Amino acid sequence: MLAVDELKRLQQEAAEVRKAAIKMATRAGTGHLGPALGITDVMWVLYSRHLKYDPQNPSWPERDRVILSKGHSCLALYAVLAKKGFFDEELLKTYCRQLNTKLGGHPERDLPGVEANTGSLGHGFNIGIGMALAAKVDRKDYKVYAILGDGETQEGSIWEGAMAAAHYGLDNLVAIVDRNNLQVSNFVDRVMNIEPLADKWASFGWAVREIDGHDYQQIDTALRAVPFITGKPSVIIAKTVKGKGLPIAENKVEWHHKVPTAEEYQAMDQLLNLGSLED
Amino acid sequence: MAIDLTSDLSTRKAFSEAITEFGLKDERVFSVAADSESRFGAFRKEAAERAINAGIAEQNAMSIAAGLAFCGKIPFISTYATFLTMRACEQIRTDIAFANLNVRIVGTNAGFSSDWLGMTHQALEDVALMRSIPNMTVLIPADGAATYRLVEALLEYEGPAYLRIRGTAREPHVPCDEPIVIGKARQIRAGNDLTIIAYGRLVYEAMLAADRLAQEGIAARVLDMHTVKPLDEAAVLKAASETRRILTVEEHNIIGGLGSAVAEVTSAHCPVPVRRMGVPDRYGVPGSEADLFAFFGLTSEHIVTEAKKLLETEESK
Repeated sequence: MLAVDELKRLQQEAAEVRKAAIKMATRAGTGHLGPALGITDVMWVLYSRHLKYDPQNPSWPERDRVILSKGHSCLALYAVLAKKGFFDEELLKTYCRQLNTKLGGHPERDLPGVEANTGSLGHGFNIGIGMALAAKVDRKDYKVYAILGDGETQEGSIWEGAMAAAHYGLDNLVAIVDRNNLQVSNFVDRVMNIEPLADKWASFGWAVREIDGHDYQQIDTALRAVPFITGKPSVIIAKTVKGKGLPIAENKVEWHHKVPTAEEYQAMDQLLNLGSLED
Repeated sequence: MAIDLTSDLSTRKAFSEAITEFGLKDERVFSVAADSESRFGAFRKEAAERAINAGIAEQNAMSIAAGLAFCGKIPFISTYATFLTMRACEQIRTDIAFANLNVRIVGTNAGFSSDWLGMTHQALEDVALMRSIPNMTVLIPADGAATYRLVEALLEYEGPAYLRIRGTAREPHVPCDEPIVIGKARQIRAGNDLTIIAYGRLVYEAMLAADRLAQEGIAARVLDMHTVKPLDEAAVLKAASETRRILTVEEHNIIGGLGSAVAEVTSAHCPVPVRRMGVPDRYGVPGSEADLFAFFGLTSEHIVTEAKKLLETEESK
């Protein structure tokens, strides 16, 4: 159980992550803001309470690996990594505003803390399987966390990987599915229904838990419990609200790849206490 | 070494022997199969923990290879060249090559060695695809011995590499005293009347053609361009300036392969006539290897004919 003051602190910090993401997207005038805000709570709890890492030595061999397979949610990853000390927060100002920035529209490994170059869906999860296999052969106890979009599970390669991870008994692998029921063109169930999602993963040999991806107790409890079953990979299906924390964006199809206008930013500043755009 | 490198080894046999011999000695080596375990010979049993089989799932297999390489391993992933370089092309580009990972992509049964299996299995576009990917090295051994030596060299080579080999049929050995060095062409025959540049199985045919031409008083230089990328530009330009005519021969689409690579270099630095032999931008058909080489005009006889035509062209006189 998270203590009350710990819970409050985590929520306040996650709010700061959201503000950083909103400011990056607004300053640059581009970015997948909705997807980033939806996964922020899960990522913040993961990085704050569960991961083994050293921001001063991002290639530390014993570290846990996080792969943002849904690479377009990188605004959240950038803000989290900066707040955890992987790099100076000033670097966030270069997000999509400087030629050859380390913070582009999809994550690349020249930014400390990024484990794989993602952005093409159905790749990162599978790279994570290779890392989890290497850990098993090397008798290392690090875990590999792959964060997937729910729409991403429409990619065939995800199920190739799901089958393989279970076959190899990779209980050091954790998939987190950001179940916001939205993808670029519409609600997921209208574009291409992926339900019954939990049953699919279970039938592929995974141990499955479904949680509210904004409930810190549930996030924390699930992450603490992995592997849910020894010898099986674990998947956490986190029900989330795309655009969470930004009222004009919540659960809106068009906020997959959309950023606030200057006027919208001003209006939200009063609500969210965003502060100056350039801070 | 359990094999005789001067024999007419198949390139598949040479590969499986090499990965077994060198892979068992080097803990970094992993094999990654897509239901294609036979490529790896005894390695898969003797190093079972390092032998991954992803099943019939090339895309996942390729990304797994990337993940292994991120953890310091040297994965050799192998199955049919078509499936590796085409179905998993984006994984090669984005997961592996962009990160400059030490993954060795071993495409087998390339070209006409997939004889009766037909166009689905006959890779004739793979060299062009792999050559266009930044960071990628593209290797095509002339015979079993060259295959073996290239696998050995790849253990200490930095960056991703595509090794294109053929099938389980025996391949004629190409005798050559020069060692195999990645990025450096081997001279198989000396000569200054023209240069024939080939890779893979057709190096042997080029050698036979040169011997035939020699009987008619034509001295053809033959270069084994086992590394199509990075191309040995110095050897190409030396051939261009010293022999003034180049004939390229490849078991591949005429577009985008060795002929294109050679012409890219000569056109910029030493424009001489370059005649390109290959498959004329079409798909293969089911047939025996011998019939396919003949059908597509890629035998020593055809090379002799093309060499003579090249010598007769106005601009090459």
